[in-house]
Amino acid sequence: MTHNQSALAVSKLYKRFGDVEVLKGVTMEAGVGDVISLLGASGSGKSTFLRCINLLETPDSGSISVHGETIQMITGKSGAPEPADMSQVIRLRARLGMVFQSFNLWQHMTVLENVSEALIHVLKIQKEAAVEKACMTLDKVGMLDRKDYYPAHISGGQQQRAAIARALAMDPDVMLFDEPTSALDPELVGEVLKVMRTLADEGRTMIVVTHEIGFARDVSDQVIFLHEGAIESQGTPAQMFENPESDRFRQFLSNALH
Amino acid sequence: MDGASLQRGRRPGITVTNTERTLLEYLVDISENHSPLDFMLIADHIDKFFYGALLTLEVTLISLVVGGLMAIPLALARAYRQPWLNRPIWCFTYFFRGTPLLVQTYLVYYGLAQFDVVRESFLWDPVLSSPWWCALITFSLNTAAYTTEFLRGAIENTAKGEIEAAKACGMSTLRMMRRIILPSAFRRALPAYSNEVIFMLHSSVVLSTITLQDILGVGRWLNGRYYLAYEGFITAMLFYMALVFVISRVFRLWESHWLKHLRPRETVEA
Repeated sequence: MTHNQSALAVSKLYKRFGDVEVLKGVTMEAGVGDVISLLGASGSGKSTFLRCINLLETPDSGSISVHGETIQMITGKSGAPEPADMSQVIRLRARLGMVFQSFNLWQHMTVLENVSEALIHVLKIQKEAAVEKACMTLDKVGMLDRKDYYPAHISGGQQQRAAIARALAMDPDVMLFDEPTSALDPELVGEVLKVMRTLADEGRTMIVVTHEIGFARDVSDQVIFLHEGAIESQGTPAQMFENPESDRFRQFLSNALH
Repeated sequence: MDGASLQRGRRPGITVTNTERTLLEYLVDISENHSPLDFMLIADHIDKFFYGALLTLEVTLISLVVGGLMAIPLALARAYRQPWLNRPIWCFTYFFRGTPLLVQTYLVYYGLAQFDVVRESFLWDPVLSSPWWCALITFSLNTAAYTTEFLRGAIENTAKGEIEAAKACGMSTLRMMRRIILPSAFRRALPAYSNEVIFMLHSSVVLSTITLQDILGVGRWLNGRYYLAYEGFITAMLFYMALVFVISRVFRLWESHWLKHLRPRETVEA
């Protein structure tokens, strides 16, 4: 849990969809090895915030830096902001692993092909080395015995573990988790959280949007509570959970625990 | 007996008498006088049918390949609504899907020849004066139009999440198309494409209307020569059926290989 170096810095992020202002100036910094949980009711903008970090959504304003490198934005012809240099975005995305709520595995590829795909075609690793690395990563998430299965032929928990392996194999600087357990049956949540805990223990930098209060409390270094597109309160799990300052967060917790 | 055979004007060399009959003569007799189909006549000309099948296959396959290759960029441009390309491509597919192939072929083969410019152009001698080339060009454009439209549909149906995952792991747009969108769209389009291939084979009978001896062309020739409709047309039909049978077998193999991920889990060996 060293905080000497910034892995990810997001500053004053604004985003609106039509008339709705989804993000109202969110600022966040993650040091190398930090695990940050983003909590909030649905519609609080937490997923949008995460998707802005790797520019799956384009923020209206604000800045994003990965390891000190700031994504350059310009105003496009239509007046909307767009990346100045798409190749920079593409390069940085490869360093920001993302895990989605609905797994988003490539259905026509086996588990192994899903994991080795970007190693071969984005990182340009030799095929044999890539397959070896993919197998090692699959072993780590307990999916090596399912490597030749297609996504449609395995359970949701297994698919999500494969998706984590896909992101992890790239050896990213920061891993972004977008509600990784929300689409899972309750009995499958545990296996995915266990893998995520292992990654946190290894010192992976992780930004986790989640509804799992237990995970946020036990695993995170920092908890951020978003309310209507702005940070309502933030702090260490101890500060946040033992003595919540914010009434809204207290309300959120009591709703979540019931 | 002899009278009947002379009436039809064939095989002057073989005279059938009751006294000395070889097996061949016996078969010819059965075939001409007793069998509903004159199978010996068909057997005599079967090589022509095989050459016809070769021409049918040649033109069908080449135009499928050419049209299929054309369809890929066209479908991508349509699916992504490329501002300068989308409308013209739509007009192209609308025209070729909205009019009969026979009319299109006539327009190219008989129509273009009306223009002096065309007859005097460098394309005339080797290409536009030849029915083979005219058919190939028309068929290619026709199948390109159909393939463009259903491939566009398959591309547009790529799961949004799979595209986001490709972006998120750092793929450029081009790489994402090559590695994720097209491979997944081709698989989705495969069942529809097997129909297109069979339709194209059936449509290739148009060849016989512009002087070419494809399978139906041979059937028509046989009918014209001997006034025997069944022999020529039923043989042609059997040839088409056999080809369709092989095509659907090939596609079934391909589907079981390329669409493994869509089958129920129990039927896929891990």
